[in-house]
Amino acid sequence: MPDGAASRLEKGASVRLDKVSFSYGEAPLVFDVDFAAAKITAIMGPSGSGKSTLLNLIAGFEMPQSGRVLIGGADVSAEPPSARPVSMVFQENNLFAHLSVEQNVGLGRSPSLRLTEADRTAIAAALERTGLAGKERRLPRELSGGERQRVALARVLVRDRPVLLLDEPFASLGPALRDDMLDLIAAVHAERGMTVLFVTHQPEDARRISQHVVFLDNGVVAATGKAEDFFAGAGPDVFRRYVGASARDAVSRDIARKRT
Amino acid sequence: MGVATLSTASPPPRLADTASRHPRSDPPHKGEGGRRASSDFRITAGIVALAAIALLIGGAFAGLLFEGAHDFSGAWAAFDPYLLRVVRFTLWQAALSTLLSVGPALFVARALSRHPRFLGRAFILQLFAVPLALPAIVAALGILALYGRAGYFAGFLSTVGGQGWPGIYGLSGILVAHVFFNLPLAARLFLEALQTIPADQWRLASQLGMGARPAYRLIEWPTLRASLPGVAGLVFMLCITSFTIVLTLGGGPAATTLEVGIYQALRFDFDPARAVTLTLLQIALTFVVALALTRLGANAVGDTSLPVAPRRYLSVSGTETSLNVVLILLALAFVVGPMAATVMAGLGADLGRLAGEAAVRQATLTSVVLAFLSALLSVMLSLALTMARRALALARRASARTLLEHATDTGAGFVLVVPPIVIGAGWFLLLRHIGDVFAIAPVMVVTVNAVMAMPFALRAVRPAYDAASERHERLCEQLGIAGWNRLILVDWPSLRRPLATAFAFAMALSLGDLGVIALFGSDSVQTLPYLLLARMGSYRTEDAAGLALLLGLVCLALIMAAHWLGREKYRDA
Repeated sequence: MPDGAASRLEKGASVRLDKVSFSYGEAPLVFDVDFAAAKITAIMGPSGSGKSTLLNLIAGFEMPQSGRVLIGGADVSAEPPSARPVSMVFQENNLFAHLSVEQNVGLGRSPSLRLTEADRTAIAAALERTGLAGKERRLPRELSGGERQRVALARVLVRDRPVLLLDEPFASLGPALRDDMLDLIAAVHAERGMTVLFVTHQPEDARRISQHVVFLDNGVVAATGKAEDFFAGAGPDVFRRYVGASARDAVSRDIARKRT
Repeated sequence: MGVATLSTASPPPRLADTASRHPRSDPPHKGEGGRRASSDFRITAGIVALAAIALLIGGAFAGLLFEGAHDFSGAWAAFDPYLLRVVRFTLWQAALSTLLSVGPALFVARALSRHPRFLGRAFILQLFAVPLALPAIVAALGILALYGRAGYFAGFLSTVGGQGWPGIYGLSGILVAHVFFNLPLAARLFLEALQTIPADQWRLASQLGMGARPAYRLIEWPTLRASLPGVAGLVFMLCITSFTIVLTLGGGPAATTLEVGIYQALRFDFDPARAVTLTLLQIALTFVVALALTRLGANAVGDTSLPVAPRRYLSVSGTETSLNVVLILLALAFVVGPMAATVMAGLGADLGRLAGEAAVRQATLTSVVLAFLSALLSVMLSLALTMARRALALARRASARTLLEHATDTGAGFVLVVPPIVIGAGWFLLLRHIGDVFAIAPVMVVTVNAVMAMPFALRAVRPAYDAASERHERLCEQLGIAGWNRLILVDWPSLRRPLATAFAFAMALSLGDLGVIALFGSDSVQTLPYLLLARMGSYRTEDAAGLALLLGLVCLALIMAAHWLGREKYRDA
């Protein structure tokens, strides 16, 4: 079976949180939400609304107190992170500082770095795809911030799992670089069709690549819907207040003051 | 095989087609994997380490209790006026030593903090760290070479005193040695405290025109006062448990402490009942002091790292400056004197002949091998405890800490409360029923010193491990890097340096130790400190001086290596 056809056929897995509750010892978070398979969903919401916790629950870094996490219809609640069909890119610390670019990517294939010829080919292809060809032997400290996140993406490619979780991975990059990275994500998504859940603070990032939006507030899912509806002004009030306040602030302080 | 079994056992699905799947596409590890496997490994290692430590200390206590029960009347009879005198002297010398170390240290630290920039300041602070590295027996010898009856100062002191200088054996010798060790330590701790005062406060003080006196009263003294109980408590604890100094400088029954009493009861009088009584008293004493110490919030482990002075905004008057210079020079002379005397006396010895002596070679070899093994064990114990503590902390998340986590955390520091002599005495009493006590010497020296060095090793390893874990934990969990794999691929590269630091420090401590070997040493198993003590005992002072120089230099080199390894930070963020 040719490459392209196969990945078109077998698309990313759906992700479902079935009445998942979780608590850090304060007010509990309760998530009951579906993420469409093979789509890019932006997860937005104010600080402390539980965006990162949501991703951590899906990835298996946090265990729910009750409820189930389903990926592709299978209950993965009891699985350790490495056994879940999920890759996650963090805001930082995605790389081991003492390992080369190639080794960091290679860990996506074998956690003991025992790589076969096929693995090496896949690694080279992933580095090529993320624009890192020729930088295989470098250490993370010899890379720019954007390049480091590209290495993390290359590892996502060789790991090849049906769900990709992005926890504000480009928050510390400048605007132009961020756009480049978003376009890369969109392009990879177009090729592989995995399910992407993408936490961001920037409405323009969400608008740029996402098809769906899930909006969190105070530890619950406050609204879900199509991205175009959200950004066309048809989104729910909570979302408009979250996005609008910052946008209006930039234009005129008077209006914002009158509204309060 | 049913479909259900297949699906649970199958690897996490890959996205792409089967063609690009390489043949060995089994999951990183099967089923279990991930967090559970990795934390199990680490927690198991910690439990093994704790069990080993518990065995060492518990065995000693068992020996003591067994002996006490065996000869209860004898142990009771040991409570005689002599014993009370020993207890009184133990406390008295510790109190005096603390007063004489901590009082002057307050002023020296303040003087150093008032002048954050001058040529040689860093060097002085480094010199102040040397006593921490110097084996007690080397320092004792240096002090004798300087102030002893035949010391370099004897002639001068005789003229001043108007009669023959009697030397400084007894209380005076103990006090001088304890101050030599503890004044620099206390000064460095106070200086560290003073340097926690925010630079803004100094900026404010100079803006308000605060002179030296009000600045001391309003800014410096409150900080010093806060750290005073902790520092004084630490010094008191060190002086109560000091063995080598009292053994070599004490001289006679008039100046004997509990620890030396235990040694004499076992090695000379062979009076096990008395040894039990003395040991139990010593444990009770250190326990009470340690309890008071934790109440005072003291840090029971000294540090060799060099405090960095923040920028200051103050003007110091001319008179104060000259006063401070005198103060610093006096402290410096007191600390450098015995070191210089050690070097001079050592160079005066017939080093060539010493190096050729079979006994010296044998003792050097024994010392190096035992210290090496001891350091290795110490580092392994520390790493195991550190890993277990971190894994337990990660596993529990928000819930309360378990007893096991406490044991791997603060529990490890409490081994300092149990002096090596006490552990040695317990095992000595236990083993004498079973077989040849002296044959077990190497094992005792290695294990006891490893455990004694552990709190220091922990200080080097734990922050580095926790920081690395902070960066790598989730990544390892996700990629399924666990157990041995993780140790080799992830942990070892970031822990190499701190482990080397801990190793060098532990080796230096173990190399210079006289406590355990004094109990277990014999003609067949001799370490350098033991040989040194023997030469001192047979009045071969020149030989002793030469050996002291050798031992001192090796320990100093190790400590410097530890310091250098510790400072060179891993360059990546």
